[in-house]
Amino acid sequence: MRVLIPSALRSYTRVSRVEADGATLRDLLADLERQFPGMRFRIVDEQERLRANMRVFVNGAAVHDLSRPLQPGDDVCIVLALSGG
Amino acid sequence: MARTPVVPADRKATAAPMAGRASRAASPRRLVVLVATRKGAWLFHGDARRKSWQVDGPHFLGHTVSHLVLDPRDRRTLLAAARTGHLGPTVFRSTNLGRTWKEAAQPPAFAKASGDLAPRAVDHTFWLAPGHPGERDTWYAGTSPQGLFRSEDGGGCWVPLASVNDDPQFREWMGTVQDGTPDGPKLHSILVDPRDPAHLYFAMSGGGVHESIDGGSRWKPLVQGLQVVEGFDPATITFHDPHTVRMCPSNPDRLYQQNHCGIYRIDRPGDSWVRIGSKMPRRTGDIGFPMVVHPRDDDTAWVFPMDGTTVWPRTSPQGHPAAYVTRNGGKTWQRQDAGLPESQAWWTVKRQAMTGDAQDPVGLYLGTTSGELWTSRDEGARWSCIARHLPEIYAVEVAELA
Repeated sequence: MRVLIPSALRSYTRVSRVEADGATLRDLLADLERQFPGMRFRIVDEQERLRANMRVFVNGAAVHDLSRPLQPGDDVCIVLALSGG
Repeated sequence: MARTPVVPADRKATAAPMAGRASRAASPRRLVVLVATRKGAWLFHGDARRKSWQVDGPHFLGHTVSHLVLDPRDRRTLLAAARTGHLGPTVFRSTNLGRTWKEAAQPPAFAKASGDLAPRAVDHTFWLAPGHPGERDTWYAGTSPQGLFRSEDGGGCWVPLASVNDDPQFREWMGTVQDGTPDGPKLHSILVDPRDPAHLYFAMSGGGVHESIDGGSRWKPLVQGLQVVEGFDPATITFHDPHTVRMCPSNPDRLYQQNHCGIYRIDRPGDSWVRIGSKMPRRTGDIGFPMVVHPRDDDTAWVFPMDGTTVWPRTSPQGHPAAYVTRNGGKTWQRQDAGLPESQAWWTVKRQAMTGDAQDPVGLYLGTTSGELWTSRDEGARWSCIARHLPEIYAVEVAELA
């Protein structure tokens, strides 16, 4: 499925949209890590929590649970909710 | 990241003192001042006389860089502790002075939660410390919230020390976020005894000073003699807030400390700190963040006092910045403000933002939260500005290049 990558993470992917697979959001992040080493830890902390200000949308709906099932063809957006000065 | 403008130093500055003392420093090497800021990192390359500085940067623009350190064992490897406000913390490594950077394969991260201990995530790596000279690829890192990590491959893979990070007693001493510094409680001042790689110290804000003589398996608090905020019990380790602890290179048995509650010295194997800051002028006080020790003289150390009265402004007292030096182990202190602004300069200098080189005479360097970088080529006798308009400066290190 297609995954939108925020500009702050494009140092890993070089492009704004990448292809990745996974039966769940957790699996998808594992696939992204396999393709782009180091990227996952900047999205998810060591206790398996999405980091503050990190938002994931699947087909336009916000997802907070890494076990959320995914289907081939889902549209996944990783977005940074920018804040602060 | 090409090098750009040449930044002139104050040409009126005079090299001087140290009369009667033999020059023991090696011939001048090329120096680089490493400046870590809230919005990126800069390298200032000096000439042999430390008179002009060439700026290289920004590196990691927009990233918060807590510490940038050159490995003194090979004089070419740089480690940077970085994060942005929105991405997880990591460590970058460069072996070509920042032309290219490689991210750590396994940045500092706590172990998964187990038992009754609350799960924790590293917010940022705060402190980087090269390991023993005989252990070439060993590094230590201190994090916020408080954690101690070790790398044995030059900073690629970081392993948590469970003896600290997952020890119930340590977790109690670390307290809560409310007990720590405004941007998170920190583990810092990781010191390695040059005579023995298994002899280690670290400090926590808050959580006291700790020592290990077995390479980090077991630890013992070292807080006797340190004061805590009035009304609290100094027997409770949580209440101790060391800001910076430094080991004298010429005498590893002597440590100096700038604490939330004064300036201290300890001479091991003694186990009690002595408050040497009580000899500071009363109007200035002995509150501050950095502590700098002389590379060859264990009686000489510098501090940069901050206003710790009333609501703790933590700015230069009376808006008149000054370093203070002792040349007799803290018996007396002398003010050093020549060249620094004389009024309306409400500087804050953070704990990692002042350092000294190993030249003779020693050069001092400091950075302010208002983004100014200053130096003295003569052990604090006279100061000049290297750069202005940088972002908030978190850390300043100086290193000799190979």
